[in-house]
Amino acid sequence: MSNPVPPQSSPPRHVALFVTCLVDLFRPSIGFAAVKLLEEAGCTVDVPAAQVCCGQPAYNSGDRATTRRIARQVVDAFEGYDAVVVPSGSCGGMLSHHYPGLFDDEPALKVRAERFAARTFELITFLVDVLGISRLPAHYQGIVTYHDSCSGLRELGVKHQPRRLLAAVDGLTLREMSTPEVCCGFGGTFCVKYPEISNAMVAEKAADIAATGADTLLAGDLGCLMNMAGKLKRQGSPIRVRHVAEVLADMSRNAAIGEPEDGR
Amino acid sequence: MQSTAHDFKGNVGAALADPNLQDSLAKLKTGFSERRRQAAERLPEFEALRDRARDIKNHALANLDFYLEEFERKVTALGGQVHWAPTAEDARRIIADLCRGVGARTIAKSKSMVAEEIGLNEHLEALGIAPIETDLGEYIIQLRREPPSHIIAPAVHLTKDQVADTFLEHHSRLGFTRRLTERNDLVAEARQVLRQKFLDADVGLTGANFLVAETGSSMLVTNEGNADLSNTLPRMHIVLASIEKVIPTLEDAAVLLRVLARSATGQESSAYTTLNTGPRRPGDLDGPERYHVVLLDNGRSSVLGTEMQDMLRCIRCGACMNHCPVYGAIGGHAYGWVYPGPIGAVLTPQLIGVEEAGDLPNASTFCGRCESVCPVRIPLPRLMRHWREREFERHLTPRAVRQGLALWAYLARRPRLYRAVTGIANRALALLGRSDGRFGTLPLAGGWTRYRDFPAPQPGGTFHAQWKRGRWNRGRWNRGQGSRKR
Repeated sequence: MSNPVPPQSSPPRHVALFVTCLVDLFRPSIGFAAVKLLEEAGCTVDVPAAQVCCGQPAYNSGDRATTRRIARQVVDAFEGYDAVVVPSGSCGGMLSHHYPGLFDDEPALKVRAERFAARTFELITFLVDVLGISRLPAHYQGIVTYHDSCSGLRELGVKHQPRRLLAAVDGLTLREMSTPEVCCGFGGTFCVKYPEISNAMVAEKAADIAATGADTLLAGDLGCLMNMAGKLKRQGSPIRVRHVAEVLADMSRNAAIGEPEDGR
Repeated sequence: MQSTAHDFKGNVGAALADPNLQDSLAKLKTGFSERRRQAAERLPEFEALRDRARDIKNHALANLDFYLEEFERKVTALGGQVHWAPTAEDARRIIADLCRGVGARTIAKSKSMVAEEIGLNEHLEALGIAPIETDLGEYIIQLRREPPSHIIAPAVHLTKDQVADTFLEHHSRLGFTRRLTERNDLVAEARQVLRQKFLDADVGLTGANFLVAETGSSMLVTNEGNADLSNTLPRMHIVLASIEKVIPTLEDAAVLLRVLARSATGQESSAYTTLNTGPRRPGDLDGPERYHVVLLDNGRSSVLGTEMQDMLRCIRCGACMNHCPVYGAIGGHAYGWVYPGPIGAVLTPQLIGVEEAGDLPNASTFCGRCESVCPVRIPLPRLMRHWREREFERHLTPRAVRQGLALWAYLARRPRLYRAVTGIANRALALLGRSDGRFGTLPLAGGWTRYRDFPAPQPGGTFHAQWKRGRWNRGRWNRGQGSRKR
């Protein structure tokens, strides 16, 4: 459930970016957009080198032992920062809601995981709820629809924050889907373990997106975005798919997800 | 009921290819969830009531032995009898013996998921006793010899046309030879056919939504009133309920009823709420002469005190399946046994074995919508994950998944090696996908590319490679629509 953090009198300034494995491998521009947003908000940004993945593939496959090893590695790598910021509700939820429970039988580690969890934030909620930002100097000409990715929405309460910032973007019109809160069918390994069910879900999502008449789909999780973009592109849809941070950081000139760079 | 949960993937294929089912599911997906949302919004204390409902059930489960014995004492004092059934087989035997004891030939049944769980109808039929389903949905699927596909709307997988055909086929020999097309006419015809069956029945069998320990009452909610006819007209009333249905007081029942109907159908309360408290007393105008309660365990007590205990809070409202996008895609029959949807995905492996039903807790994106609407706040995704952990521990996870996971874990724990490998993968994919920005097919990713294109990585290397190369090249990335305009 949603736990909005009230704006603090002296906001955390020394921030570590948890890039996420998908952003690292497929769409670095989301990471750079996050860095830009954080730096322009007055934060110093570090990217700890020992980070790899949050451990969800193991966690959601039932491999608790591997998950714990990876979680320990992450907690170690992000020691000493005011805040850990993640451009993903799914990975953010893993770090802040699921890590402490992994160490129920190791009190010392549990305390560390709890402290780590308490200073870990999803990017957009960090900007709005913690840093108190309500407006960013971005321009985007287009009609946008926003998909609420599940973990961000239901574990971290990401709902109004991206909409508030998008509403203030110059040139941008937001048009809601009929069911923006229904899962897109990605679900990590789910989409390849049960491809037929996943396809039925993403097909329905694509129809809902198309029905808005929007020319751009935004969300806060690259996994969901790759799934929805993949379906839209397969259908021949011209709808452009981007991470919300790209638009908010005014970094939307590079090719959208699943589209070729035009030679620049 | 014979499980087909082991063939979940086969069931899914059939469900997705069934146009009638897909038609019915399209209606279900919007109807139930919208009504629940409105009902919850109209009641300011709804969220607080969910907390209380959770606490009531937790308290009852923590003291289950005490409240069950209290319930039995009350029922006995009222002149009824409680029967303890450790297994499904015990419950079938007890009920069959009770029916044979009064020479029953037909029994009127009101909807009971526990009766489905123990396969009661097949058992009674084999003994020459005819069970007659009196809930409209159950009646329809009984005529069609199908299992229920939803715990509160058993025939939700059928279209009106399918019901019209079924009635024509089965009712024409009773003189109803016109094929009906209107919903109300179908209901009226079923009512006419069923009314005589109520009058003829020797035994009435109902389930229970709650068993109230302080009064020895069984409580039942319906929208059709069929349960009231099932339990007042016949000479004997048998209540069949599982042990976790017991709650301490009527006061507690009032709280649970307030969240139950709103979560299930969006009603403030169901049309009929009936309390059965023992057999007919001297001076009563109606009611059964004999009153029996069969309490089924069937593995539930072994869940008490474990990480899985939360599943026993379930009050069977169906909200989790009404809001589940997986259920919405495949319907209830694909789950292969009695309980579908998210609660089925945690309950079924417990009741019939995780070897048989191992797919069910895996076929979830963990989207969490079920937990967000559950009236007793069952952490359904967490329980599904626990099943995955048990499957992993017992090496039931498919080998390809285990091997892929092991390789990934090896790399994930060695950041430098991981960077080398992902760096190569990133460059290869970016190069191959450069012209289209995506792949129509990709080796080892058939599950993805059968239905979707696979987006290619951006050119320029991984994030970490670019970051290491000297922070980042602002000129390259720092370009928005705005910077072009300004």
